[in-house]
Amino acid sequence: MKEETLEKLKTLAESAKYDVSCSSSGTTRKNTPGSIGSTAGWGICHSFTEDGRCVSLLKIMLTNYCIYDCAYCINRRNNDIRRATFSVEELVELTIEFYRRNYIEGLFLSSGVINNPDYTMERMVRVIKQLRTVHRYNGYIHMKSIPGASELLVREAGLYADRLSVNIEIPTEQNLKMLAPEKDHKSVFAPMLYIQQGVLESGEERRKFNSAPRFAPAGQSTQMIIGATDDTDKQILNVSASIYQRPSMKRVYYSGYIPINTNDNRLPALIKPPLVRENRLYQADWLMRFYEFNVDEIVDDKFPNLDLEIDPKLSWALRHPEQFPVDINKADYSQILRIPGIGVKSAKMIVVTRRYARLTSESLKKMGVSLKKAQYFITCNELAAFNVNDTSPEYVRRILTEKKMSKGKDNKHQTALIFPE
Amino acid sequence: MIIFHYDKTFEGLLTAVFDAYNRKTFPDKLLRVEELEPLFVDVSYRVITDEEKSSRVWKRLEKKLSPITRNMLSYVWMSELAGSDELIFRYVRKALDSKQSIEMNFADNDVLEMRNVAQKVNKEKHRLIELVRFQKAADDIFFAPVSPDHNSLPLTLEHFTDRFADQKWIIYDTKRNYGYYYDLKTVTEMTLDSNNHFTEGKLNEKLMAEDEKLFQELWRGYFKSMTIKERINLKLQQQHMPKRYWKYLTEKQ
Repeated sequence: MKEETLEKLKTLAESAKYDVSCSSSGTTRKNTPGSIGSTAGWGICHSFTEDGRCVSLLKIMLTNYCIYDCAYCINRRNNDIRRATFSVEELVELTIEFYRRNYIEGLFLSSGVINNPDYTMERMVRVIKQLRTVHRYNGYIHMKSIPGASELLVREAGLYADRLSVNIEIPTEQNLKMLAPEKDHKSVFAPMLYIQQGVLESGEERRKFNSAPRFAPAGQSTQMIIGATDDTDKQILNVSASIYQRPSMKRVYYSGYIPINTNDNRLPALIKPPLVRENRLYQADWLMRFYEFNVDEIVDDKFPNLDLEIDPKLSWALRHPEQFPVDINKADYSQILRIPGIGVKSAKMIVVTRRYARLTSESLKKMGVSLKKAQYFITCNELAAFNVNDTSPEYVRRILTEKKMSKGKDNKHQTALIFPE
Repeated sequence: MIIFHYDKTFEGLLTAVFDAYNRKTFPDKLLRVEELEPLFVDVSYRVITDEEKSSRVWKRLEKKLSPITRNMLSYVWMSELAGSDELIFRYVRKALDSKQSIEMNFADNDVLEMRNVAQKVNKEKHRLIELVRFQKAADDIFFAPVSPDHNSLPLTLEHFTDRFADQKWIIYDTKRNYGYYYDLKTVTEMTLDSNNHFTEGKLNEKLMAEDEKLFQELWRGYFKSMTIKERINLKLQQQHMPKRYWKYLTEKQ
């Protein structure tokens, strides 16, 4: 390992950092004698950068040279940035040494496309193959599948990687063609299908033979860039909902567009990345995956975009006051899940605890259930409280979105006790 | 007020439970042997730790509580928080006296408190698993200092022995001044006789392996490059990675 590696590492990390996915969950692999490492099923974050994002995997590109010229990407051919390429051995050693110091949970390998998709993919597969077979490395591996790569290479990658992913990037094909003329949705969905088939076939085989090889046991994920095009939240969430239908699809990531290529007039001029919208999309995604919501309940033709001021669950509840109040002591689990402010953990706690005692707002508070929003939507074992139907959804919305005067700041409405000099 | 004195071991605590049922008097306070008593003590009783008694209580608990809850008892014990032994005592008594299982009754203060404390310790266990940073010494031993709030280091050993099975390592709790050494086969508890092996979380440079400094440099460089400047959010960073852990983090040194 030489000093110049540092420069390469910095350059290729800069190029890889805009990919959001960092999860290391979904597979368990115990250590076996003579091998390095293990994989915990629940995913481990090892550090957090100054932007608050976790560092779980060594997120790195094999190279940031690229033959494509996608408008939203920092590594586009026409960008004047520093370029570098890792050799296979270099990257393997780096991964192992970082891993041994507990810096990382594994490797997230991505790459710019050089020569052609297959050539690039083949080099990437060599890295993860060497890790798994030569070093007998058991840590997590997430590999990007290059759009347009052949089925054979995707199939080989699945043998060594825990998770494979292909990024959709732009939710609608028409906009994708505008920003990335060399790409289309077919080149994205084809490898997605190869991965899905691989996962299903391996699952089938492993039901017959315990020793059959695993194929991308942590499934696949994908990513969409938000705010680089005029797609509505309805379009975005419908794409997510439809790909969550596919077996093996574990996560859709949303990445607020960061204005990196400012000189391209196909892209909107943003001052700040749309972070609130990104957050709301994740909340909506969670509603679909863990709260038994249907995509049509979150966004529809009347409300094609998510409310930026309040979260999508509260927004749904305010549009449907007839569903409330919910009786905490009687309602079933799925109804409790729909109360704004109550999460999966709280809902489960409520359901197990009410077998022992009737719950009051006091006992809810002690259990750590946040009542700030929930109070307007529930009744419990005490005198009926003021709820959304005693007033109007608009009023509840107003009190919940009102900016609170923070204690430290000067409060002009209050008479000061100490006069300023 | 009824006071029990015991030796502040877990076995001692279980013996205290046994004795209390035996004497049919239950303590209002548990104190260390020789610890100063408050005023107005009616009964003061000294518990003599007895393995047979404590294992009888434990066997009874095995019938009453699920493995997860029994685990919780030891997590709360490891928390080393003031009054955690009294909490365990009350919980055990409730569990033994109740005909039904009390494990899920979170409307009960002690049950809820047990869960909350156990969760705190569990959280710290995970923080350790995330944030331990090894430095490679010249003799090929990977060394990591930690200083957790609770005594949660022992809880992480299973994870670390599985993960770093083919390298020798030491994880050392500088706050409690003990650690564990893994020699490729077994983990043994150990104490360092002097503190000059490391200063401010860093291994002494003389003791470092040859390429250790380079890898630390690489990691710091990588960590810095990963930040997206348009999204800076220091509050979020600190929420996930509290500042008290920073002194031993390679990327923050």
